[in-house]
Amino acid sequence: MRVTFTVNGRRHEADDVWEGESLLYVLRERMGLPGSKNACEQGECGSCTVRLDGEPVCACLVAAGQVEGREVVTVEGLAEYARERDGSEGRGSTGDLAPVQQAFIDAGAVQCGFCTPGLLVAADELIERNPQPTDADIREALSGNLCRCTGYEKIMDAVRLAAARADDSAPEVV
Amino acid sequence: MEFLRPASWEEALAAKAEHPSAVPIAGGTDVMVEINFDHRRPTHLMDLNRVHELHEWEIGDETVRLGASVPYSKIIDELAHELPGLALASHTVGSPQIRNRGSVGGNLGAASPAGDSHPALLAAGAEVEAESVRGTRFIPVEDFYTGVKRNALAEDELIKRVHIKKADGPQQFSKVGTRNAMVIAVCAFGIALHPETRTVRAGIGSAAPTPLRARTAEDFLGAALEEGGLWDSGRTIPPSVAREFAELCSGACNPIDDVRGSAAYRRRAVGVMARRTLGWVWESYRATGNGRTTEGGAQCA
Ligand SMILES: Cc1cc2nc3c(=O)[nH]c(=O)nc-3n(C[C@H](O)[C@H](O)[C@H](O)COP(=O)(O)OP(=O)(O)OC[C@H]3O[C@@H](n4cnc5c(N)ncnc54)[C@H](O)[C@@H]3O)c2cc1C
Ligand code: FES
Ligand code: FES
Repeated sequence: MRVTFTVNGRRHEADDVWEGESLLYVLRERMGLPGSKNACEQGECGSCTVRLDGEPVCACLVAAGQVEGREVVTVEGLAEYARERDGSEGRGSTGDLAPVQQAFIDAGAVQCGFCTPGLLVAADELIERNPQPTDADIREALSGNLCRCTGYEKIMDAVRLAAARADDSAPEVV
Repeated sequence: MEFLRPASWEEALAAKAEHPSAVPIAGGTDVMVEINFDHRRPTHLMDLNRVHELHEWEIGDETVRLGASVPYSKIIDELAHELPGLALASHTVGSPQIRNRGSVGGNLGAASPAGDSHPALLAAGAEVEAESVRGTRFIPVEDFYTGVKRNALAEDELIKRVHIKKADGPQQFSKVGTRNAMVIAVCAFGIALHPETRTVRAGIGSAAPTPLRARTAEDFLGAALEEGGLWDSGRTIPPSVAREFAELCSGACNPIDDVRGSAAYRRRAVGVMARRTLGWVWESYRATGNGRTTEGGAQCA
């Protein structure tokens, strides 16, 4: 079947999609967007997290046909998405990266990087919804994303940093 | 495989009548796992996401009419006051990503004994509105679960809504698992005080082939509260009563040994959860003026 939907602001079309195929497969294998990772295909790891009409979801658990006509944001579109949301003066945004991406680099929250795309999408949505998250809020928002490398502390640092930079009233802390 | 995309409820019913083997897919958090792992190859996959009614809810005088596909995250954000037990249970499901997609309709469709909404629905009191081209049935939720991963739906029926009694008193939910997120219940327990009818209802999950109510325990506790005049006095429940209630809840279980826990552990844990959650709901009942108020009697932990 043919499936048409918007990814990162642009209309994409995929042909010969198998009816049982996941959104994740279509993004990675048919649309040339391998940023969303495939690890478990059962919703456990969060490395495939994308936004579907704004909501963070596991792309591996959405049937491609369910996305017809809807809007998806993947890690590839995160910088642009953040720029449009925050305006060009959005603090902490540097060039091609969303603030949350820059914060992950600055805080040393990336090791092998496999979990990173999903965490970035989830963390960015958290800060959008809750600009000053507590540590408990961060842990809850990221509880569906597994990381085998970092032990999560640097990821916590990165999200705190991204939130602090986005919050104009707060002093810069690194 | 064929992908069906009904644009309305009527179309969905017609499609299900025409293709009884079609597998409905709502949030997909059960269905897609089965497809990804080749455990299921239905002839037809029927997307319910386009059917607006299923994503809506209505708050009536007595019940909340919850569309089958309303995701857990909406229940937590919007219905915690009316459905405190279900909101607590919803909060323990999977992860934020799963809660943004997963629904009570899907939980009922899957009818896993470990589904977290079941103990909360049993405790609150609920009816499943099942519809087909032949007509509508209202199935009390305790009759809906017919076996391990089996439910009372006919092959041409779909769940339209779940009618859940609005809380008239405190409700609680408790779940045993290895960590705080992404956990299938080892066992789970839901309890609701119903001061208006002076009854207590208790639902048990993952400790029998189906979710079930602990009816003997409910009746015992109801009688003990009545005889002791506790609904009026709001006095502390005597420890012997709480203990007996817990034992009767344990006794209602018919658990198995599996990778998540042994039968003996499940029985014991259900008793512990019963005693603790009873303590919690009774404390909030006492704290809200012995339930003489009908508003705000429910509290979300
Ligand atoms: C990582 C992960 C963690 C999970 N954690 C939990 C947990 O903690 N607790 C828990 O209870 N569950 C958990 N689940 C299971 C799942 O999320 C729930 O059962 C959820 O409620 C399913 O809802 P859904 O809308 O995604 O259902 P779907 O996957 O879309 O459907 C599930 C079943 O219901 C049927 N169905 C759906 N809608 C209807 C309808 N309207 N009428 C008739 N049949 C219908 C489908 O055909 C299918 O058989 C988890 C799943 C994953 C992947
Ligand atoms: S690949 Fe989707 S959650 Fe792991
Ligand atoms: S950085 Fe390797 S899994 Fe997280």
